[in-house]
Amino acid sequence: MKNHQINRWRGLALAGTTLAMLFSVLFSALPSIAAPATPSPAPSPSYSNDALLIRGTITNEKLPVAGVKLHVTGNGFDGTATTDADGKWIIEVSKKGTYDVEIQLDSLPKGVGLRDPEKSVRQADLTIVNTAGILFPLGKDTRVVQSFGDQLVIRLWSGLNLGLLLAVAAIGISLIFGTTGLNNFAHGEMLTFGALMTWVFYANMNLPILLVAVLVLILGGAFGFSQDAFLWKPLRKKRVGLNQMMIVSIGFSIVVRYVLLIIFGGETKVVSGSFQSVQLGPIVTTMNSVVSMAVSLVTLAAVALFLTRTRIGKATRAVSDNSALAASTGIDVERIIRIVWIVAGTLTALAGLLYGLQFQANWLTGFQILLLLFASVTLGGLGTALGATVGAMIIGFVVELSVLVIPADLKYAASLIILVLVLLIRPQGVLGKKQRIG
Amino acid sequence: MDWGAIFTLAVKELISPITATYVLCAIGLSVHFGYTGLLNFGQAAFAAIGGYGLAIAILTLHWPLIPAALFGLACSAVFAVVLGIPTLRLRADYLAIVTIAAAEIFRYFMTTIGFAKVTGGSNGLSQFGQEFWKMNPFPDLDYGFGPFTYRNDQIFVMMLGWTLVAICAILVWLLMRSPWGRVLRGIREDEDAVRSLGKNVFVYKLQALIFGGLFASLGGMLFVLNLSNVQPQSWGTTFTFMIWTVLLLGGAATVLGPIVGTLVFFFLMSITQGILSGLVSIGALPFLSDPQVGQIRFILIGLSLMLLVIFRPQGIFGNKREMQFNV
Repeated sequence: MKNHQINRWRGLALAGTTLAMLFSVLFSALPSIAAPATPSPAPSPSYSNDALLIRGTITNEKLPVAGVKLHVTGNGFDGTATTDADGKWIIEVSKKGTYDVEIQLDSLPKGVGLRDPEKSVRQADLTIVNTAGILFPLGKDTRVVQSFGDQLVIRLWSGLNLGLLLAVAAIGISLIFGTTGLNNFAHGEMLTFGALMTWVFYANMNLPILLVAVLVLILGGAFGFSQDAFLWKPLRKKRVGLNQMMIVSIGFSIVVRYVLLIIFGGETKVVSGSFQSVQLGPIVTTMNSVVSMAVSLVTLAAVALFLTRTRIGKATRAVSDNSALAASTGIDVERIIRIVWIVAGTLTALAGLLYGLQFQANWLTGFQILLLLFASVTLGGLGTALGATVGAMIIGFVVELSVLVIPADLKYAASLIILVLVLLIRPQGVLGKKQRIG
Repeated sequence: MDWGAIFTLAVKELISPITATYVLCAIGLSVHFGYTGLLNFGQAAFAAIGGYGLAIAILTLHWPLIPAALFGLACSAVFAVVLGIPTLRLRADYLAIVTIAAAEIFRYFMTTIGFAKVTGGSNGLSQFGQEFWKMNPFPDLDYGFGPFTYRNDQIFVMMLGWTLVAICAILVWLLMRSPWGRVLRGIREDEDAVRSLGKNVFVYKLQALIFGGLFASLGGMLFVLNLSNVQPQSWGTTFTFMIWTVLLLGGAATVLGPIVGTLVFFFLMSITQGILSGLVSIGALPFLSDPQVGQIRFILIGLSLMLLVIFRPQGIFGNKREMQFNV
C-alpha cells in the first residue's frame, strides 16, 4: 500500500517535473520581449468622479502618437477625441450604454496601421462601469490585399491558436463534469483570475515571465482547491442535487466576477504591452502566440500522458466512468475529485495566462469565452477529456474560419450555432458515449 | 443618512414598470422551471424577442401597435419551437447550456453591424412608442402625493404593467389547476410515469416552453415601451440570472412566488444600496466608491442565488415536496 502510494506520487512528481522543465524551455523564449510599458492613464482632474468616460492611449512601438482622431458614437452621442502629446485621449459621454469608437485611419501617421485592421471600430461598454479603456494596438501597416489562400492559411493558424487555448481551459470543465457531474458555470472566472494575476505579476510588478507562470499556476491550483474544499465538497456531503449545484455555480460565478470588477476595475488590462512579430509564410504573428501555442501543445500532451499513464490519471478516468465502482475498488473518490479541482484550476489559470499575454484581459474575459468552452466540451462529448480537446479544436477553427464568410462580429454566434446543430444530429457529441445523455 | 429617502426610493422601485417586467419574466420561468422542470437559462432571449419583435414590426414593417405586439409574441413562439426541438428530448443540463447559448446567439445577431438597418446594431432602436403613448387614457396631469407623484405617462405604463401581471398570474393559476397543468407537474415529477399513461411528453414540454416564453415576451415589450428604446445589452445573461434569483426567492412552483419574490428582492436591493451609498457618502466605507456600490448589487444577487438554492430551494412560499431539482 505504502509502496503504491509512493509510486503514485512519484508518477505525479515525474509528470510535474517534466512539465516544469518543458515550460522553462518554452518560456525562456519570452523574456527577450521587453518588459511591457504599463500605461495607467490617471483620470484627468477636470472630470468629476461619476463622469462617464471613454479613454485610451495610442502608441506605436512604445512612442506616443499625437493627433490621432477617434470618432465616438452611440446613444444619441456623436463626438471626436484627439490624442495629446502623450498619445492619450479621453472623451466624456452623458448616458450609460454601449458606444462605438472608430479610429480615423487617415489621421494615423504614414506607414502606420492597426495591428488588426479589421478592428478599426471597437465597442466601449459603459452599461455597468463608468470608465472604459479602448486600445487600438498599432503596428506595421498590414492593409494589403490578401489572396483567399493566404487568408485561409492565416485563419487556420488563428483557429489552431484559439482551439489550443480553449482546449487547455476546457479540459478542466470536462474533468470536473466527468468526476462530479457538475456543469461548472464558474469556470470562466478561473480563467479571468489567471489572466488578471498575470497582469499583476507581469505587467505591474515586472517579474520575469517564468516566475509569473509559476506563481499564477500555483494560485490557480489553490483557487481550484479552495473552491472544492469550501464550496463543492460540503455540498456533495449535503447531497445537493446536480442541477441545484449548477445554479449554485452560476451564483458563484456572478460573485467572483463582480468581486474581480471591484478589485480590478472595468477597463481592459494591458497584460503584455509589446509584441515581437514573427513572419511564417503569409502569417504575421507574434512571439507570444507562437510560445503560447507550443505551451498549450505540451500541456495537452502532458495531460494526456497523466490521464493514461499515471495511477492517479487512471483512477480519475475510473471515477469518471463509474464512481461507485471506482470507490469499491479502493479508489479514494474524494481525493481524486480534489486532485481534479487542483488540476482544473491550474490548467485554467494557465489558459488565462496565455490568453492575457496574447489578447489582454479584463474582468469579463473568462465569462465571454465560457460559452465557447461549454460548446467545446459538449461538442466533444461531456465528460471525456480527449473529447473536450477535439471539441475545442473544432470550435477554434469554426470561430476563425467563419470570418471568411460571415461578419466578424458574428463569429462567436457561428460556433454556438454549430453547438446547437451538433446536439440536433449527434447529441452525445463527437466522442461521447450514447448513455451519457440519459 | 436619510432613512426616509432610502425607504421612499425602495417603495418607488417596487411599483415601477421595470419591476413588473421582471415579474412577468419570472411568471414565465415558473411555468418552465417551477411547473414543468425545464432548466431554461435563455429567458432574456424570450423577453428580448418580444421587445425587438414589437419595435421591428413598428419601425420596419410599419404595423400598428397591436399587430406589432402579436408579431412579437409569434416570434417568441417560433423561437421556442426552434429551441425546443433539438433540446427537449435531451437531459436537463443540455437544455440549460443550449438555452443560454441561444440567448447569446440572439444577442449577437441583434448587435451585429450586418443587420443594423433593421435592428439598430449596438445602439438598438428607439422612436417606436408614439402610438403607445397616444393610447394613454389619463389626462396630462400629475397624479399621486408627495414623493409618489407621477406624470400621466408613468401612471399609464405602471397601470398597464401591473394589470398584465394580474392577468398573467390568474391565467397561470387557472391553467395549473387544469388537467393540462397536472400533466406538466407530472412531467416534472416523473417523466416516464407520464409517458406510460400515453401522454406525449415532448409535446407538453414544448407547449410549456412556448407558453412560458410568451409571458417573458410580454414583459420585454413592457420594458422597451417604458424606456422607449430597445438595446441588445439589456438582455445579457445577467438578466436571466436575475429572473432565476427572484423566482427561487419567491418559490418556483407557486403562483404568488414570482410576484412576491420580485418585490422582496427589489425592495431589499434598493434598501441595501441606499444604506451602502449613505455609508460611502459619510465616509464610513473608505474602500468603496459610489459606482462600486452599484456593483455590490450583483454580488448580492449571486450570493442570494447560491444561498437560496442550497438552503431553501423551495423559496419563501414553496412546498419542499414541490421543489424537485433533478427531474
